[in-house]
Amino acid sequence: MSKIHVTTTVNGEPAEFLCQPGNSLLDALRDDLNLTGSKEGCSSGDCGACSVIVDGRLVCSCLMLAVEAEGKSITTIEGIANGDVLHPLQRKFLEHAALQCGFCTPGFLVAAKALLDHNPDPTETEARYWLAGNLCRCTGYDKIIRAVLDAAAEMRAGAPAGE
Amino acid sequence: MKVFDYVRPASVAEAIAAAAAPGAVYLAGGTNLLDLMKGETLRPDRLVDVTRLPGLDRIEWLGDGGVRIGALVRNAALAHDAAFATAYPAVAEALLSGASAQLRNAATVGGNLLQRTRCAYFHDPASACNKRQPGAGCDARGGENRLHAVLGWSEACIATHPSDFCVPLAALDAVVEIEGPAGRREVALEALHRLPGDTPERGTALAPGELIVALRLPGEAAGFAAHARYLKVRERTSYAFAVVSAAAALRLEGGRIRAARLALGGVAARPWRARAAEESLVGVEAGEAAFRRAAEAALAEARPSGDNAFKIELARRLVRRALALAVAGTPARIPALPASPFPSVAGARHDA
Repeated sequence: MSKIHVTTTVNGEPAEFLCQPGNSLLDALRDDLNLTGSKEGCSSGDCGACSVIVDGRLVCSCLMLAVEAEGKSITTIEGIANGDVLHPLQRKFLEHAALQCGFCTPGFLVAAKALLDHNPDPTETEARYWLAGNLCRCTGYDKIIRAVLDAAAEMRAGAPAGE
Repeated sequence: MKVFDYVRPASVAEAIAAAAAPGAVYLAGGTNLLDLMKGETLRPDRLVDVTRLPGLDRIEWLGDGGVRIGALVRNAALAHDAAFATAYPAVAEALLSGASAQLRNAATVGGNLLQRTRCAYFHDPASACNKRQPGAGCDARGGENRLHAVLGWSEACIATHPSDFCVPLAALDAVVEIEGPAGRREVALEALHRLPGDTPERGTALAPGELIVALRLPGEAAGFAAHARYLKVRERTSYAFAVVSAAAALRLEGGRIRAARLALGGVAARPWRARAAEESLVGVEAGEAAFRRAAEAALAEARPSGDNAFKIELARRLVRRALALAVAGTPARIPALPASPFPSVAGARHDA
C-alpha cells in the first residue's frame, strides 16, 4: 500500500513525513521525526507518557493517527525549553527531584504545561485532577505536584503586572 | 492492528458515501475506536475520518432556549463553554468527571454517545462474547462480573454502557440528529442505545452507515439548572468509569417538587431513565422520605447478573444522595473533583 504524505508543524517548525494509515502520531514523532522524548507506555491512552499538545489541546499521541496531523500544530516535550534555557516546570522537576526513572516525565511536563497555559493558578486538587491521566510508577505524585505548583507560583511572580 | 484504508471526506454526503463500503467505520476523537482496534476487538477495513467535516463543531443556541451541539464538539470544549455549563450544569459536571484531561480534549460528543462497553470479555478477542461475535456465548456470566448490569440485561449479555455524559442527557430529554444513506432523522437519546435481548451485537438504533451529526437539549431542560447534579461512585476518585452514577434534576416551589428528572449510569446497556421514580417525586415535599421512595422505585426491577447485588443498594443510596444534593442547589462552579459523592472535608483528600 502506498504511504500517505503528511505536512505538519512540530515545535514551530515545518515537518513532513510518510506514514501508513495504521501509524499513530506517536510512531511518526519517534520513528520518522526522531523526536523520542514522547514515550510509548501503554499505547491505549491510559498512561499519558505520549502526551503532546495539538492545536492547543493536550492529547495522547498514541490515540491519534499520524495522518490526522496534516495541517496541525504540534508541541512535544522537545519544544518546551527555550533553546538551552529550561522551562520553569523542567527546572522545578529537577529542584524537587520529581522523577526517578524518568519515563513518565516528558508526559507530565507537557500535561503540566497545558494546565498552566489555561490555568496559571491551579489549586492542588485542580492540578492533581488534571494530571490524573499521567501515571507514575516510581516517584509517586507528591513531588510532581509540588514541582508543578512551585513552577506555577514562580511563573505568576515573573509575569509582568497586568498579564 | 489490521491493515485498513483511510478516507478523509470533505462533506457529510461524501462521508456517508465513503462509509457505505463494507467494513467501514467513522473516526472522530479515536479515543475508543483506536484503542479497540489495537486490541483487535474491532477490525474495520476502512476508517472514514469525519473530524474535518465543516459545521459540526459548533454550539448553537436555539429559539426555545435549548442548544444544538455539533457532533464534533470536544467533551472538554462543551464542559467549559460558560453558557452551556450555566444552562445544563449536570451535563457539564458529568463530562468533567469522565476519563482524563487528554481524553476529554480528544473525545467528541458523537463519539461519546457511541462508545462501546468496557466489559473485559468484549475487549478480549480470546473470550466468548455475544456482542462481539453473535452466538459465541458470554464469558462474563460466569466470570468477573461485579461491575456488570443490574437492569435490563439478558441471558445473552450483561454489559453496561460506560458513558457519564449520556446519563444527564437521558434525564433531560436530549435528541440525537442523524444523517445516513436514507436521509436525515432524529431519535431520542433514550432510544439510541438498545437493551441486549437476543441481539446484543446491535448496541444502538443506528442503521449501517448512519452518522450522528448533532445533539439537542430542549430549552425546557434548562429550567432545572438551579437544582441539578451528577454523582458518580468510582473505584478511585479520578480517571475511572462509574460503578454506579446518577443524574438528578429538580424544579422546586416552596419546598415541594414541581418536576423531577432522574437517570442512572453504570447499571444497564443504556443510560437508565427512572420515570417511575420521577413520578413519585412530583408534588411531594423534598426530603428523605420522598428520596427513599424514589430510590426504591428506580431500582424496583433490578436484579443481580452475577456478583453485583451490591450495585443495587449502592444505586439506591446514590439516588438519595443525588436528590439531596440537587435540592441543596447546583454549586456556583463545578467542583474541582467533579461528581464526587463525598462531602468536602477540610484536610481530607479524595483526589490522591
